[in-house]
Amino acid sequence: MDEQRPFNHHSFQQFLNEHRLMGSRSASSGEVFLPPRPLDPSTYREDMEWVELSGEGRLVAYTAVHIGPTAMIEAGYDRKNPYVSGVVELVEGPKISAQILGVDATNPAAIAVGTPLRVTFVDRGKEEEKRTFLAFEVID
Amino acid sequence: MSKERKLGRGVAIAGVGMSKFGAFPGQATRDLFVDAFQELRGTVDKGLDPDDIEALYIGNYSSDLFEKQGHTAPIMADWIGLTPRPATRIEDACASSGVALRQGLIAVASGLYDVVLVGGIEKMTDLPIAEVTDTLATAGDVLFEIPAGFTFPGFYAAMATAYMDRYGATPESLMRVGLKNHDNGALNPKAQFGSRISAIMESKKARAAQKGRPVPEWESEMAFLHDDRANPMIAWPLRLFDCSPVSDGAAAILLVSEAIARNFTDEPLYIIGSGQASDRALHDRPDLTTISSARVAGRQAYEMAGVTAQDIDVAEVHDCFTIAEIIATEDLGFFEPGQGHVAVEEGLTTRHGPHPINTSGGLKAKGHPVGASGAGQVVEVWKQMRGEAGERQVPKDVELALSHNVGGTGQTAVVHIYERR
Repeated sequence: MDEQRPFNHHSFQQFLNEHRLMGSRSASSGEVFLPPRPLDPSTYREDMEWVELSGEGRLVAYTAVHIGPTAMIEAGYDRKNPYVSGVVELVEGPKISAQILGVDATNPAAIAVGTPLRVTFVDRGKEEEKRTFLAFEVID
Repeated sequence: MSKERKLGRGVAIAGVGMSKFGAFPGQATRDLFVDAFQELRGTVDKGLDPDDIEALYIGNYSSDLFEKQGHTAPIMADWIGLTPRPATRIEDACASSGVALRQGLIAVASGLYDVVLVGGIEKMTDLPIAEVTDTLATAGDVLFEIPAGFTFPGFYAAMATAYMDRYGATPESLMRVGLKNHDNGALNPKAQFGSRISAIMESKKARAAQKGRPVPEWESEMAFLHDDRANPMIAWPLRLFDCSPVSDGAAAILLVSEAIARNFTDEPLYIIGSGQASDRALHDRPDLTTISSARVAGRQAYEMAGVTAQDIDVAEVHDCFTIAEIIATEDLGFFEPGQGHVAVEEGLTTRHGPHPINTSGGLKAKGHPVGASGAGQVVEVWKQMRGEAGERQVPKDVELALSHNVGGTGQTAVVHIYERR
């Protein structure tokens, strides 16, 4: 599948822009890497293939950010409108950092570690500036 | 991986110095480093001829982004009159000067040099806060962590939620770390926040009265720390007083070989243990309630020193955020996993407790000029071990001390153990 794309962040982002969550799977160990990487650090082989992840997982850790970085301020977030970022463990095993949607960022104590989540994609910017960000939302 | 490591020969600390930590408009890192070096000269009991210094190892995270100045180590050498000696900058985020200490230690232990100057420098307050946030974020993974919206407080906040979920700690557990470290920082004339929380409350009341505004009333320090206006949320569950400040500062350490240590002082402190480790991005770790690189570095340092956590009399640990101190005290073996927050509540880590932690005020109250923090920790170790910590001196005799310095969220950790003989 799409084996012509190199196993790096640029390809990962291209896939995100197509609203696909793609990792790399090592043929020698079977381990799935998300983010994708070219070298399997357990076998030292570069025998990766692209694999599309189910996008289902659970929340491992999170925070509601009130003082954000420039990019999130530009996306409309601030002290009055905080957002939630978290670490998500996918059913396939790997964990990834992402924005968490469908939770109340103003009541973070009510958010539970272990909450089941599903991948979603957030498009920001216009035309050449357009870029898709990885996010997960609460499964109703 | 588990191999017995030892130093080629003994290495001692013969002097230390630091600038005040705080916000110093108009002062560049070189100016702060001059302050640290001048203080260091005064601490060398038998005097220091700067000409004896053979090399410099300078920890600095990001003068490039903070000051728009790269290649800072030779400038430090120049400003204290030490060119043409080799001057090397070490960058491992907030662990930069802890790692610089280790590099200086290795250089002396190898026999290449007998006298080395280790420094730490950072100048953070020239940038607007959003750019400081962005600059610190580059110590994370800018490809895969930062696009998720993580900030540095955010990373540690996420660790806090994982820790609270597993061990039942609360935001109040975290606040108690801040209260303790402000109590210590109030006794440290070099601290950026040399005030107890209660004193900060009084000054806020006085300022409100002076400006003719309603004077806030808080029933207790905890009530103040729960007040969204007085102690705003930064990244839940971390509020402003859970975070170390944005700081300027410099610190310096004089390392000498054991063979010549007594030429400088009759009370040298020996570095008997050193460990350093690396780790992956936060999301790639199996357990977010511990910093495994700190566990590895600590184990290396204890093994080299031939001591255990229970032998350590005082420790300076990397409390960039309150949760970080709790995790550090577990990673270093002072307390079992999940017991660090209980230990704080029971007062076990105060100056008078069995495990005094961050008697300097820690990064929280003393300030966190990131590349200078690891070297700054050694200044406190020196004072406590020599009985020179004044009002904040711990009551017990300090024969063994430890410093723990973390870069990023634990992609780097470095631990040192010191002995007074």
